[in-house]
Amino acid sequence: MITLIKRPTPSRGWSYTTPIIAVLATMIAGGLMFAALGKDPAQAIRMIFWDPLFGPNAAYFRGQLLVKAGPLILIASGLAVGFRAGIWNIGAEGQYIIGAICGASVALAAYPAESHLLFPAMIVAGALGGWLWGMIPAVLKVLFNTSEILVSLMLVYVAQNLLAYAAFGPLKNPQGFGFPGSRNLQQYPSAHNPELIAGTGAHWGVLAALVAVIGAYILMHRHIAGFRIRVAGEAPRAARFAGVVPARLVMFCLGLSGALAGLAGLFEVSGPSGQITDGFNAGYGFTAIIVAFLGRLHPLGILLAGLLMALTYIGGDMAQMMLGLPGAAIQVFQGMLLFFLLGFDVLTNYRIRIGRARA
Amino acid sequence: MTLGGIDIIVLTATLMAASTPVLLAATGELIAEKAGVLNLGVEGMMIMGAMAGFAVAVTTGSPVAGFLAGAVAGALMALLFAVLTQVLLSNQTATGLALTLFGLGLSALFGKGYEGVRPPSTGKVPFGPLSEIPVIGPVLFSHDWVVYASLILVAVTWAFLRFTRAGLILRAVGESHDAAHALGYRVIAVRIAALAFGGALAGLGGAYLSLVRVPQWTEGMTAGAGWIALAIVVFASWRAERVLIGAYLFGGITALQLQLQAAGYAIPVHLLSMAPYVITIVVLVILSAIHRHGAQAAPADLGRSFHASA
Repeated sequence: MITLIKRPTPSRGWSYTTPIIAVLATMIAGGLMFAALGKDPAQAIRMIFWDPLFGPNAAYFRGQLLVKAGPLILIASGLAVGFRAGIWNIGAEGQYIIGAICGASVALAAYPAESHLLFPAMIVAGALGGWLWGMIPAVLKVLFNTSEILVSLMLVYVAQNLLAYAAFGPLKNPQGFGFPGSRNLQQYPSAHNPELIAGTGAHWGVLAALVAVIGAYILMHRHIAGFRIRVAGEAPRAARFAGVVPARLVMFCLGLSGALAGLAGLFEVSGPSGQITDGFNAGYGFTAIIVAFLGRLHPLGILLAGLLMALTYIGGDMAQMMLGLPGAAIQVFQGMLLFFLLGFDVLTNYRIRIGRARA
Repeated sequence: MTLGGIDIIVLTATLMAASTPVLLAATGELIAEKAGVLNLGVEGMMIMGAMAGFAVAVTTGSPVAGFLAGAVAGALMALLFAVLTQVLLSNQTATGLALTLFGLGLSALFGKGYEGVRPPSTGKVPFGPLSEIPVIGPVLFSHDWVVYASLILVAVTWAFLRFTRAGLILRAVGESHDAAHALGYRVIAVRIAALAFGGALAGLGGAYLSLVRVPQWTEGMTAGAGWIALAIVVFASWRAERVLIGAYLFGGITALQLQLQAAGYAIPVHLLSMAPYVITIVVLVILSAIHRHGAQAAPADLGRSFHASA
C-alpha cells in the first residue's frame, strides 16, 4: 500500500530534481513514440537534443537557438510572475500578436522615413499593445470578477482574427502584387531588428529577454512587491491582512505579462519574421506556459527551460527534415514534458510511504 | 421568410446543429465541475474526439462507430487528467492546460493521413410527414440523431443532478470533499468517474464537429469550442437547463455569423469570425456582474485537490 504524506513545506531538493527527471522521462516516452512512428528512437533523440548544439551543422543551429529562446523566455518571465500570484494569463499568444501588430503599424505608418527614433517608438507601441490586450482581462476581473483564464484565452482567437484582417486589409503591402502580408521590415533599415552579433542569432529581443530575467529575479526575490505576489499566491487571506490589494495585483501581473508578450511579438515581427502575415504567430505564447512551469516559475529556471524548449523546436525541425518526423510530434513531445513535470511534482509536495499506513 | 438577406428558418435550423458540439462538451464539463474538478482540458479532449471519431468512421464506414471512438478517446484523455490531478494531486489549472496542448499535438500527429477525406454521412432521423410541416418541420424535425441524443442527455443530466441519490453524492463531493469523505463516500472515485463522463461527452462533441458539422478533419479544427464550453458552464451558473440556453445562444451567434458571411455583407470576414468569441466575453462579463454580490453559484470545492490526511 502506497500512501502520500503531505510535506510541511515543499522539498527544495526535489523541486530542483523533478524537472530533470521529467526531461529524462519525456526522452524515454518520446523515444517510444518515435519508435511507434517507425523512426529510430536513439537517432531522433540525438537529433533533437544533441545535434543542434554539437552536430555537423551546429554553427547554423546554435544561432537559431537564441532566436527561438528569446521570445519564449521573455513571455515566460512575465507569465511566471502572474502564476506565482495565482493569476492565470493564458492568452499570451494574443498579447504577442497585438504587440506585433501595433509595433509593425508604427513602422508601416512611418515608411519610408528613416529615423533613429523609429525603432524605440515601435518598442513602446509593441509593449503598449500587449499591455492593453492584457489589461482587458485584468479590468474585467477587477470590476466584474470575470475569469481571467477564459477572457484572456478568448482574446487569443479575437487577436488571431485581427491579425488575419490586418494581413489581408489595412497592413497589406501595397506593392505586394496582391499577396496578403505586410511590407517586409527586414528591408526597412530604421525598423529592422537586426542580429546584433553575427552568427549568434542574438537580436534586441534576446537582450530584452535577458533584461526581463534579471528584472524578474530582482522583482520576485529582492523586492517587497515580489514577496507580496508570492504571499498572495500561497495564502490569499494572509496577503489581504498584510495590506495587499488584490485588484492592484491583478492589474500589475496581467499588465506586465501582456507587455512582455507584446514586446516579444514586436521583436519577432521586426526581426526574424519580418512581416505581418496570417500565420505569423507560431504558438510561442502557449509554449511559454510550459517554459514557465518547467523553469519552476523562477527566473533562472525559465532561462534554462527556454533554452531547452528552443532546442526541442530546432531539433524537431531538423528531425522533420532529416527523418521525416511529423511536425506535430514535437508538439506532443512538449506536451508530454509538461505532464511528466506536473506528475513528478508529487514528490516535491508529498512524501511517499510504502507499506501499511499507521492508524 | 427572409430578413436582411438572411433566411430565418434556415438560421434556426442550423442553430441546433451548430450548438450540438458545445452543448455536449459543456454538459460533460458541468458534471466534472459539479464533482469539484475544474478540467481546463476540454479543448484537448474535444479535438482528440474529433480526430479519433473521424478516423474510425472513415476506416469502418460507420458513423456510429466513429462517435463511439470519439467518446472513448475523450474519456481516455480525461482519465490521463484524472491520474495526474486525483492520484498525483497536481495543479488542476496547469494540468488542464497541458491536456489541451497535448491533445492539439497528438491529434495533429495521428490525424495526418485523414486530411481532405470525406466522412460517411450521419443519417437524419426519419420523421416522415412531420418534417414536411412548414417552419416547424425544417427547424425541429430535420436533424440527425446526435442532435436529439444531445438534448436527451441534457435532460438526463438535469434529472440526475436534481433527483437521484448518485447525483446528490456527486454534488456533495463538489461542495465539500472533506464532509463527503467523512460520510464515507469515495471522493476520488466519484471525481474520476465524473471526469471520465465529462471527457466522453467532450469527445462526442468533437466527433460531431468533424463528422457532421464541418465535415472533415483539419488540424486544430475545434478552434476554441472547448474553451467556449467552459465559458458556457460559468454562464449557466452550473445548472444543466441553463447550459442548454447558453449553448443554443452561442450556436445561434455562430450560425448567424456564418449566414452574414454568406449573405455578402460588406463586413470583413475576419471581423465577423471574431463575433462568437467577443460575445462570449460580453456574456461572461454580464453574468459575473450580476453574480458579483449574489450567492456564489460555483461548487464550493471547485478546483481544489483532495488529499485524505490520516
